[in-house]
Amino acid sequence: MCGIVGLFLKNEGLRPRLGAMLADMLVTMTDRGPDSAGIAIYGDDGARGQVKVTIQSDAPAAAFAGLGDALAEELGTPVAMKAVDTHAVLSVAEGALAPLLEALEARGLRVMGTGRSMEIYKETGLPKDVAERFGIRAMGGSHGIGHTRMATESAVTTLGAHPFSTAADQCLVHNGSLSNHNQMRRKLAKKGVFTRTENDTEVGAAYISSRIAEGATLGEALEGTLADLDGFFTFVTGTETGFGVVRDPIACKPAVMAETGDYVAFASEYRAFADLPGIEAARVWEPEPATVYFWER
Amino acid sequence: MTVLDMAQLSLREINETLQGAAKAQANAAYEIANPRGAHAVAVGLDGPLAVTVKGSTGYYCAGMNKEAAITVEGSAGPGVAENMMSGTVTIEGDASQYAGATGHGGLLNIKGNASSRCGISMKGIDIVVHGSIGHMSAFMAQKGNLVVLGDAGEALGDSLYEARIFVRGAVKSLGADCVEKEMRPEHLALLADLLAKAGAEAKPEEFRRYGSARTLYNFNIDHADAY
Repeated sequence: MCGIVGLFLKNEGLRPRLGAMLADMLVTMTDRGPDSAGIAIYGDDGARGQVKVTIQSDAPAAAFAGLGDALAEELGTPVAMKAVDTHAVLSVAEGALAPLLEALEARGLRVMGTGRSMEIYKETGLPKDVAERFGIRAMGGSHGIGHTRMATESAVTTLGAHPFSTAADQCLVHNGSLSNHNQMRRKLAKKGVFTRTENDTEVGAAYISSRIAEGATLGEALEGTLADLDGFFTFVTGTETGFGVVRDPIACKPAVMAETGDYVAFASEYRAFADLPGIEAARVWEPEPATVYFWER
Repeated sequence: MTVLDMAQLSLREINETLQGAAKAQANAAYEIANPRGAHAVAVGLDGPLAVTVKGSTGYYCAGMNKEAAITVEGSAGPGVAENMMSGTVTIEGDASQYAGATGHGGLLNIKGNASSRCGISMKGIDIVVHGSIGHMSAFMAQKGNLVVLGDAGEALGDSLYEARIFVRGAVKSLGADCVEKEMRPEHLALLADLLAKAGAEAKPEEFRRYGSARTLYNFNIDHADAY
């Protein structure tokens, strides 16, 4: 089944409340996905020229102890580190990203995503527990997307949880199942685009990222999913500047949107909107099948 | 008027209260506060009762309704008024997928839009949609009337049996075996009655009628290759 939520703020004054609003939306979607949960949050951009890397470890106490200092020494550049439960966000100068990723891989640490503003937190367990572990309610930002998972296509693991990020500041959450993901995975591999898991959604994310890398706009890449991906999907994708929504032409996976002067919100069900400010007066509608929507700042 | 607050009572308590009141045949009035998109609100009512839901509902609101008049002052999630037998269900906002699916009777009055599969497999229900409807609506519809003041999406009336479809706006495409039919005086009279019941401001003459070409009713050996 799975539940997805997304929130894009138009009112800058709500930024400090983004995490709280998103966490509440996520928890209402627990019935749709009690296996695992995750969010991607586009928070305050790091200092100019800095890039953030979200990493995960199953043994964070050992893995993260002194990690920032050790990496700084190894790379010969400052590395800032913020550890949150099983995740940590490292921040380095853009030029140091490639050697940092190599150093992380050498240590066997999982990279969840990279970007100027995006941070990703995802784990197995109930959405309320996942939100609490990572302190999502206290996070601020401009927009974010989240997912509660009921696994169908691959195992219940941290890496199988959504969102999936396959390029800097880009991520995807998905309700549905893709039926041509193995074929698409091989096609992408021929182009040098590799995925890390057996998960179908990661292939969808990699497809969108590869199209954008080839020069497509977000809108064009989402249009492309309608032609090139087979199966059921309601996708919500996040980028540095906004978020987009697309549903497959059959559109049996639910979707509802709400817009006010303050925000644009997406959810699998209306329940997720019940606590949003001003929802009584919001324009509420169901996104059309095979139609791309996106909001950017 | 009795107010039942979903912030205080469980869904089961509310539905049991409503079902009991419907059985009592007293045509009492109830108001449901704080629905907050809850699933299965006011289902299985078997008797005259007036229920007003003060907000939007989730899946399967007003399912299996018999005789009761239920109004949702908001939007309804998937499967609203599924398998309705009689009575009236009014949605002030939009309805999601498969509104009125398999309905046997009564009136489902949707003031906004309905999305895909509206009236799928309808079996005698009347559905009036003041806005537009999505794709695959009235798929395998057997009996009853679907009236749409706006536009219809792709594959309208695919594999239709004897239900009648009236659309005022544009139809994106007709499904297999669904064809436009002439509007005869009895259809105009029927439509005028349904529009009046639904409080819809439209003239019957503005609509086109669609129905089954009846070529899919029986297995045809000449078409064996196509199956």
